[in-house]
Amino acid sequence: MVAVKENSIKSQNLRVTCKPGAIAWTAVKYFSLIFCCFIAVLPIVSCVITAAKTEAEYQSTNVMTPPSNWFNITNYTKAFTMANMGVAFLNSFLILCIVLLGSTLIGSQLAYVLNRFKFPGNGLIRNLFTFAALLPGIAMQVSVYEIMTSLHLINTLYGYIIMMCGTDVMSMYIYIQYFENLPISLDESAYLDGASYFKIYWKILLPLLKPAIVTNLILKGVGVYNEYYCANLYLQDKRRLCTVATSLYTFTGPLGNKYNLICAGVIISLLPALIVFCICQKQIYNGVSAGAVKG
Amino acid sequence: MTKKKLGSRQRQQLTVIFAFTVIPLFLLILFTYYPFCKMVQFSFYNMKYIGPRKFIGLRNYIQVFKRDDIIRTMLLSLYYMAGSVVQIGLALYIATVFCFKVKAENLWKGFLFFPYMINGIAIGFIFKFFYTRGFVLDTVLQALGFDLNNLPYWLKDQAINNWSLVFSSVWRYLGSTMVLFLGAMMSVDTTLYEAAAMDGANKWQTFKHIILPSIKTIVTLNIILSITGSLSAFEPPYVITSGANGTGTFFVVMNDIAHTSQKVGLASAMAVFLLVVIFIAKMLQDLLFKYIFRNVNADDESHEAKKRHKKTALERGV
Repeated sequence: MVAVKENSIKSQNLRVTCKPGAIAWTAVKYFSLIFCCFIAVLPIVSCVITAAKTEAEYQSTNVMTPPSNWFNITNYTKAFTMANMGVAFLNSFLILCIVLLGSTLIGSQLAYVLNRFKFPGNGLIRNLFTFAALLPGIAMQVSVYEIMTSLHLINTLYGYIIMMCGTDVMSMYIYIQYFENLPISLDESAYLDGASYFKIYWKILLPLLKPAIVTNLILKGVGVYNEYYCANLYLQDKRRLCTVATSLYTFTGPLGNKYNLICAGVIISLLPALIVFCICQKQIYNGVSAGAVKG
Repeated sequence: MTKKKLGSRQRQQLTVIFAFTVIPLFLLILFTYYPFCKMVQFSFYNMKYIGPRKFIGLRNYIQVFKRDDIIRTMLLSLYYMAGSVVQIGLALYIATVFCFKVKAENLWKGFLFFPYMINGIAIGFIFKFFYTRGFVLDTVLQALGFDLNNLPYWLKDQAINNWSLVFSSVWRYLGSTMVLFLGAMMSVDTTLYEAAAMDGANKWQTFKHIILPSIKTIVTLNIILSITGSLSAFEPPYVITSGANGTGTFFVVMNDIAHTSQKVGLASAMAVFLLVVIFIAKMLQDLLFKYIFRNVNADDESHEAKKRHKKTALERGV
């Protein structure tokens, strides 16, 4: 990315005189960016505006009229208590922590074994995971529901957590790709020094795997935090077991047109995502394009 | 001596292989393959979650092609397919823009990408609000000189409501598709861009000869994925319109059949049908790639040649 920037700077310097074509291109370029960003931001900004309005303002002014006080937080506190978001954030946080820990361990261990050892069934396991990615998730829940019922895992946090811990093919391949860059001589010399394979994985390879782990944590984290369908299906006690995504759904029904509250709820729910995005923008992009490699 | 040592090493290997694969495989079988087999089995029965089951052969599958509401959803997916083609085109254009010099690159990218981070329910509410009569979209259009009376009801008018939903999906995924393409474009040797600029290649030539070949594979892949993706569209209609006014997609109708009317057999048959479609798309993809890969390899070689040529030319020039 940086390299390209430098290149273009160089090319600008090379072409000292600005041709009219270049000016037109610059105009088109920035116009399209401004236009697209305007559309991308408009729906969110309109929510921020409405969330800051008092009840009277909301009733009397147009939705796009700026609020008298941008920092009016009454709607936020109201939405927070009404949707039971304290419990929701706690549950989501708990789910996130355990699922991320579990899936990181499970995924990296599986990738370690698949990458480092040749054994009958190695290819089969890879194919099983690749094929599983083709199965449509929501469609499968018809029969997963029956299994969850018979295992008494419905309406329990741990049931949902266990379900979410499974490795998906994408994170497996991100780990495998990263393992391929770690020389096997590393394992060999450690083994000759008397380390067990488990120790090699835990003490030597896992710390080196950090970039891949970060990428997967972010991708999986975003996925789990935003997951709605299964949370709604399997965590049926909505007061006690709501997640952030399902708690938002309380705003349908009788509250369906209280948009000043709804918008406040929406903004609260996307704040954690916004914070993570601002901090890890680069890793998130890497994660998204890493997924492309294996398609 | 060595033999014995090798034996212990092998035993250790086997232990670690077993220990590290047993949990992921167990989860995979429990939550993917076992339900998959069950689903295929269910699809031949007339059943609810609880109660008696009756084997009815292929009648569920015949229903899938006979029920009007299900056939409608397949036609509906064409909207989403059109949407994803637009999305791919637009993402391609914006990614190309980013390939050339842009000021405040990360800021633009951040704005475009952020919708991808929002959960589907929140997006549903945002767009319910956005499309409500006299609210955000109508206000903006009125500011542009449209008369409110001439504007349709974005979510009720059957002529337009599916496009409204498709737009929300494009809004959500445009940024991520763009980042995906940009990643592929950047994987090209960056000296190529430099060389092209030095040779005075214009933007179109740069796009056609350097950018396009690098992303041909991923664009094709995305177009094929949009076939299955459009059949799997779920969240926009589910949250924004609850599938009312003719917006129920395949999954929305299936969800309803499975969990509201509890016709588990029929829902399973629908799922199996979707799977068959996915397989066909997958085969199509493999087939296409066999041909494209040949071309890509040829292209790569010509690129290499060009690059070498340019490098030598440069050196000579210096």
